[in-house]
Amino acid sequence: MNPSLFSPEGLAGVIFLILICVTMIGAIIATCTKRLIRSVSGLAVCFVGVAGLYYFLSSPFVAMMELLIYVGAVCVTIAFAIMLAEPDEAKMARKLSGLSGGLAAVCGGAVSFALGYAAVNGHWMAPAVQANDGSLKMIGQSLLTKYSMVFELISIVLLVAIIGSVALARAGRRGN
Amino acid sequence: MLTLSTQLNTYLVIGAVLFGFGIFGLVRRPSLIGMLIAVELVLSGASINFMAFNRFLAPDPTVGQIITLFIMAIAAAEAAISLSIVIAVYRNYKSIEVEDLVELKG
Repeated sequence: MNPSLFSPEGLAGVIFLILICVTMIGAIIATCTKRLIRSVSGLAVCFVGVAGLYYFLSSPFVAMMELLIYVGAVCVTIAFAIMLAEPDEAKMARKLSGLSGGLAAVCGGAVSFALGYAAVNGHWMAPAVQANDGSLKMIGQSLLTKYSMVFELISIVLLVAIIGSVALARAGRRGN
Repeated sequence: MLTLSTQLNTYLVIGAVLFGFGIFGLVRRPSLIGMLIAVELVLSGASINFMAFNRFLAPDPTVGQIITLFIMAIAAAEAAISLSIVIAVYRNYKSIEVEDLVELKG
């Protein structure tokens, strides 16, 4: 049952453990550092780990999209926003009282423990039969047939988001 | 220990821990961009749950992947909109700390 360390399964298991560590370390850096730019770097590390987990869940397409969209677009956008709008250091030092940190730890720990407890003790039933293999071809077919309406709606949402963010960011600029 | 990647519970616990980190950052962070980063963590915890159920339990294993793609699109739109709101707020208040933004009818 337990594969040896140097068999292919064992090496895959080691890589999986490394990916879990990368994800958790990234999440810790993203939430616990003081400077926002370090926090964004931690977020990028965390998303690289999550992309690896998606690969283990047998969907390399979603893993690649995770790298492209989250690491490549969202983190870079947040980094640019930090460059444009980061407050100075003296202002940041006055916050972060102990009460807020303790309250946050209690909230996060409680939510995480409750979800993990429910997940481990839940009774999950595997399906009797799988309709298809979940390959990229099947994803493309169901995106253009069963989910075509949602696909179009997402396109409109993204268009509205682009126009809205340009309009919002332009609004208060002086001299225009 | 090395067969963790074939069990559903592993992924569910990772998703729950990421969600908890997101809530932790959301309560702890004093600035708007820090809260946005925490929200991204929450969304990725939810995506991991969808992908795990999709791999192990779903009768049609394309559904979870498509939902995860939609979550990514929504998260990208949300990040773009909220970052432009943050920049507009910074231009007016010279601050992105939540405690400074208490004035209504600005």
